[in-house]
Amino acid sequence: MIIALIPLLPLAGSIIPFLFSSRSHHAAAAGCVAGVSLILLLAQAPAVFAGQMPIHSWQWIPAIGLNFAFRISGFGFLVACLILGIGLLIILYARYYLSTEDPMGRFYAYLLLFMGSMLGIVLSENLILLMMFWELTSISSFLLIGFWTHRADARQGARMALIITGGGGFAMLAGFILLGHIVGSFELTDILASKEQVQGHHLYAVTLVLILLGAFTKSAQFPFQFWLPHAMAAPTPVSAYLHSATMVKAGVFMLALMFPVLSGSALWFYLVAPVGLVTLVFAAYMAMFKDDLKGLLAYSTVSHLGLITLLLGLGSPLAAVAAVFHLFNHAMFKAGLFMLSGIIDHEAGTRDMNRLSGLWKYMPVTATLTMAGCAAMAGIPMFNGFLSKEMFLAQTLKPNLFGDQAWIIPLGATLASIFAVAYSIRMIHEVFFNGPATDMDKQPHEPSRGMRLPAEILMALCLLVGIFPAVLAGPMVNAAAQSILGPEMPEFTLSLWHGFNLALAMSAIAIIGGIVVFKFRRYLFDSHIWFSRYCDGKAIFETVTDWLIQSGYRLNQAVFNSSLQRYMALLIISVIVLGSSPFWRSETKFLGTATMTAIDPVTFIMGIILILCALATVITHRNRILSIIMLGTVGLIVSLTFSRFSAPDLALTQISVETVTIILLMMALFMLPRNSPKDSSRYRRQRDVLLAGLAGGGAGALAMGILTRPYETISDFFLAQSVPGGGGTNVVNVILVDFRGFDTLGEITVLAIAGLAIYALLHNFEIEAPQTDALGRPWTSDRFPMILANITRPLLPLALLFSAYIFLRGHNEPGGGFIAGLITAAALILQYIASGIVWTRPRLNFDNHIVMAWGLIVALVTGLCSWVFHYPFLTSTFTYVSWPWIGKFELASAIVFDLGVFLVVVGSVMLILVKLGAVNSPDAQTVSTLAQHHPDLEPEKEMF
Amino acid sequence: MNHLILGPLLLPLLAGALSVLLVNQSLFRQRLLGLTSCLAVTVMSTALIYQSATEPIQVYVLGDWRPPFGIVMVLDRLSAMMILITSLLAFLCLIYAAQETDRQGKNFHALFQFQIMGINGAFLTGDIFNLFVFFEVMLLSSYGLILHGAGRYRTRAGLHYVILNLVGSSIFLVAVGVLYGLLGTLNMADLAVRMTHAPAENAALLKAAGLILFSVFALKAALLPLCFWLPSAYGFTSAPVAALFAVMTKVGVYAILRIYTLIFGDGAGVAANLITPWLMPIALTTLVAGAIGLVAGTDLRQISSYLVLMSVGTLLAVIGTFDMAAIAAAMVYLPHTTFMTAGMFLTADMIDRQRPDAGTGLTPDQPVRQKTLLGFLFLGTAVSIVGLPPLSGFTAKVMMLMTVQSHSAAPWLWALMLAGGLISLIVLGRAGTIIFWKTLPENPLHTSRAISFVHAFPALTLLSISPLLVLLGGPISEFAYATADQITRPAQYVEAVLGLDNAVLLLQSKGG
Repeated sequence: MIIALIPLLPLAGSIIPFLFSSRSHHAAAAGCVAGVSLILLLAQAPAVFAGQMPIHSWQWIPAIGLNFAFRISGFGFLVACLILGIGLLIILYARYYLSTEDPMGRFYAYLLLFMGSMLGIVLSENLILLMMFWELTSISSFLLIGFWTHRADARQGARMALIITGGGGFAMLAGFILLGHIVGSFELTDILASKEQVQGHHLYAVTLVLILLGAFTKSAQFPFQFWLPHAMAAPTPVSAYLHSATMVKAGVFMLALMFPVLSGSALWFYLVAPVGLVTLVFAAYMAMFKDDLKGLLAYSTVSHLGLITLLLGLGSPLAAVAAVFHLFNHAMFKAGLFMLSGIIDHEAGTRDMNRLSGLWKYMPVTATLTMAGCAAMAGIPMFNGFLSKEMFLAQTLKPNLFGDQAWIIPLGATLASIFAVAYSIRMIHEVFFNGPATDMDKQPHEPSRGMRLPAEILMALCLLVGIFPAVLAGPMVNAAAQSILGPEMPEFTLSLWHGFNLALAMSAIAIIGGIVVFKFRRYLFDSHIWFSRYCDGKAIFETVTDWLIQSGYRLNQAVFNSSLQRYMALLIISVIVLGSSPFWRSETKFLGTATMTAIDPVTFIMGIILILCALATVITHRNRILSIIMLGTVGLIVSLTFSRFSAPDLALTQISVETVTIILLMMALFMLPRNSPKDSSRYRRQRDVLLAGLAGGGAGALAMGILTRPYETISDFFLAQSVPGGGGTNVVNVILVDFRGFDTLGEITVLAIAGLAIYALLHNFEIEAPQTDALGRPWTSDRFPMILANITRPLLPLALLFSAYIFLRGHNEPGGGFIAGLITAAALILQYIASGIVWTRPRLNFDNHIVMAWGLIVALVTGLCSWVFHYPFLTSTFTYVSWPWIGKFELASAIVFDLGVFLVVVGSVMLILVKLGAVNSPDAQTVSTLAQHHPDLEPEKEMF
Repeated sequence: MNHLILGPLLLPLLAGALSVLLVNQSLFRQRLLGLTSCLAVTVMSTALIYQSATEPIQVYVLGDWRPPFGIVMVLDRLSAMMILITSLLAFLCLIYAAQETDRQGKNFHALFQFQIMGINGAFLTGDIFNLFVFFEVMLLSSYGLILHGAGRYRTRAGLHYVILNLVGSSIFLVAVGVLYGLLGTLNMADLAVRMTHAPAENAALLKAAGLILFSVFALKAALLPLCFWLPSAYGFTSAPVAALFAVMTKVGVYAILRIYTLIFGDGAGVAANLITPWLMPIALTTLVAGAIGLVAGTDLRQISSYLVLMSVGTLLAVIGTFDMAAIAAAMVYLPHTTFMTAGMFLTADMIDRQRPDAGTGLTPDQPVRQKTLLGFLFLGTAVSIVGLPPLSGFTAKVMMLMTVQSHSAAPWLWALMLAGGLISLIVLGRAGTIIFWKTLPENPLHTSRAISFVHAFPALTLLSISPLLVLLGGPISEFAYATADQITRPAQYVEAVLGLDNAVLLLQSKGG
């Protein structure tokens, strides 16, 4: 558990800074958390130096091979020490660096989050767990880089870093999954032991490329190097921590971690070494020309990461040792240098080398420290950078897979070293000397003690390690290399003096060459202008993202054009394509074997009328009234067809639905012009005719296909069970209220919802019928016809009586709640039509909402009653009773259910029609005066 | 008979009807009623998911008419899971809606309850015509909810939505008509059994019915080219409704999963594995279309709608393998994506309230008032949606990548899923930096109202589900595997509904 605590403490501690208000408390709290983690880590030192690797593992999500497993390898220990050690120094440094306006608590929260994620990466035993921490560093570094949110460069830099490293992470995840698939485990211990298995697998190449993508993006290797210099918009403590010691090291850490299993192949060499070499030389060259101190350091960092990558790419065990050692050294001197550049920026007000000069006079201690850092960076003897660079140069001279072109590696290495010396000299020269300080915003001075202390410690370490490498760094590097290389561990000694050899000569050439290049830098600066113009990865990155956004936008505009006609055409086309696809290569006959009934003249004529009216509906569609009349005729023929083929219930339903629908349509038409404009192009009409023809023809064909085949369904059961089981002789009604009563419950709910939705729509919408048309004529001159009014009033009780009759006989004869409800609604609405809303409304004084709601409740409660008798929902029962005068009478629970149906139908139909009618009634103006008494009619004030 | 199964259906129906009764009374009572109902349904759903995990598939025979003659409700792991997702989401959305949204129009609470009833009914029913009925309940109430609060764009989007879906309903009826005409039954288990020995001369017609039905489900799930209604319908409606609708597309996904494993699955004889050649390519193009829309998004609401599209594409592409393990992964992804996209809609709405000029548009405006709260919500939800650790998007994505690995289309799936993740990273990163970082100077005259804790509670809860899905990843993935196992072995379903004899028929047909 203790190992797991090392990364988890900072992660959990990231909320601590929120708990305090004072700036110092924030720093102290963050420092305590990191300190405890460091102590826990150091407690593992004896085990690690003894060559053991403590592992703690708990199962988490077996389905994805995720275990909560941590290990402390020698290498992990070394990097974890760097993360926590430098992290503590950064916490101290940031306390003095950040200004009072910066939200200190938030800064430390992000920093601890980042620290914990980094520790997670280096201490994970499980690859998926490692991946979680890996992406967490992307997120937390995004927050840290963009810390100064008001700055555009910070926002862009943060976004770019997130996208490049996060995107690389996606690739790496894919690589890890493949790796785990090849090995059959996601535990590092298993994976690192399966070199042959992995490299022999046909997926090795893909796996390698994907994992390298993740590592290269994180470590800013060519061609992904550009995000790092732009991440310098972050506050300097962040740059010092993320972009020298930790985050960018995660990539090379990953290369070193995977070294035992992925390296050794030609592919590894050809992918890793050239990338490292190009990055090394290119970034060293670029660093020369940066006027911004942090920009120079950023490119220098990229170059050094390239160096480590190149070493790992070379693949020999000694190169790996050198890589580990250089990783260690670089973290120290570069973190220190970043802090020092931050001090200069903080105290002199700028970090532009064109403006800085002569600071030696004002800040000699800082200058001395910076010189020490630059010496280590340039690889001057007595400093730690020299040692690992020597080892690196020696390794570049070894024969490698480039064969005859192998000289290119030492050449590149020497070139990069020359540049490194040159930019180090330039930094010292232009900041601290180069004439007197002139262009400063404020009087420069030495920084406060706390701000300089971290840099002092780091520089002292650089020097001490440079002089006594075997004592100070030896055991740690040894343990780290041992954990990577295992049995292949070579013999090596870390010492200052290796005798006269070719590597030393290269170092000498680098130092002399560096001085020469620095002397003649003017010539280089001139030639560089064109180069930097074309080599800014940021410009390319932004062009690509802009292009992506622009083309996405255009494409989207072209496709999602908000045209219902287009969407509808797509829907119909999809159905036609999908529905016809089984017939494309089908060999069986489409029509079945059943013989068709002969056509009698009546049916034939009805069919012809049906077709003609359907066509007429389409053709006359611009004359709306005519079109609706045609549509009504179609409906009428359909009802006649139902009764022709002995389905009286359906015919009745169809007729009443037709009636109500036509009333509804007429009301809607009242608000529209008489003719609809001609708005389809010729092509469009042709397309629509084709689509409609295919869809309609297809549906007809399907019906033919079915009707010509033998027909066996469960309906025989319904016919047989209707009377004994359902207690009714009208099978249709028994199906509706009993066999499939649940469907009916659903359908009446649909009806109620439709009522509510349309009511709410009209309620909000406030449509008003126009007063005049385009020519200024009054929109309507109709009055309520007296004859109609006088006929409909006595008709109402008759109609209600009839609907009661239809309702009651429903279970045995054609009829039922649905039809009765429609008849009642039609009868009531007739009163409105004939006498107007002002006259009718007070006389039909009930709220249709309530009627509808009670209908639903009645239907529901009827169903629930069966629970009392321990039967399932909606189980029906019936009995026969004898009533005086009436005789034997059937009482079925289904009738109560049907009553619910009736109420819902009446309520919802009335709700819609009255609401719509209220909008466009000729006496609409007077309606509003009624509103106080009848909430149905007009919008009322908010009630809550 | 376990009456609890009907709870998630009947309780919202009752609450909806009672809400209608309260139409002219105070909103407070309607809210209380609605929230109580939602909470009770959530509790019931929790009990049901426990039952589904510990007991075999349960069947509720409505009206005591034995299947295949009456209508049955079937509770298996899949439906229990979907119901729990729906009711939890609905409860949270209603809390959010009760802050303000429900005041903007009439009948919100009744429509909301009917909506829950419709969704839950679609998940539970074992009868294909009854599925149609619940689709209608869902459609009409969602239409009402989309329009709630009115406004020109909302009305237009709602109109498109309802017309397309009404046409979809007619198509549904045509397909069901063909199935009934040829197989003579409506019970889904019975359809599966009869499909096993359907004669070869009916093959083409049956397949046509199945594929036409698929187009209806594709419309509901918003698969390309039937997804065009979605961005505007979700983008323009009120936030809690859009958040609830995150589960609506999943109804289409559910129907596809159910019908094409049960009726047109392995054992379907002449129409076996009907949509296997279609589903994955269509789903992957949907994913691409979603990504294109995402990139083009200029508004956080719009972006969230395209995220829904992408999640549907991902989900169905993975399901399209019709592989047990991949379906299990999809079952892990499904709750994650539903809750997270819903959370994004709510977060976007709260951001809208504190940006006076730009709203959710991606142009600089004054800083939001509650930077920490809203920033935290946005960042957390975005991280989870993009699929970054440590949240549930990551584990779900990893599981999907792993389980589709052996499929022949794996390179496509991998490339598109990872690229989709990268694109959402770019887009959400951009959106977040513009909204929270690229701010104009504060205008002291223009102060927006603070968001109360209750108001932020639903989004916070939705976000907190994400780490829970990771922490409990072990048991959840086990449940998902068991669910996928149940789905891919429809004989269990048939046995529960029609008895062992019929299940044997299905098993025998699988070989041939």
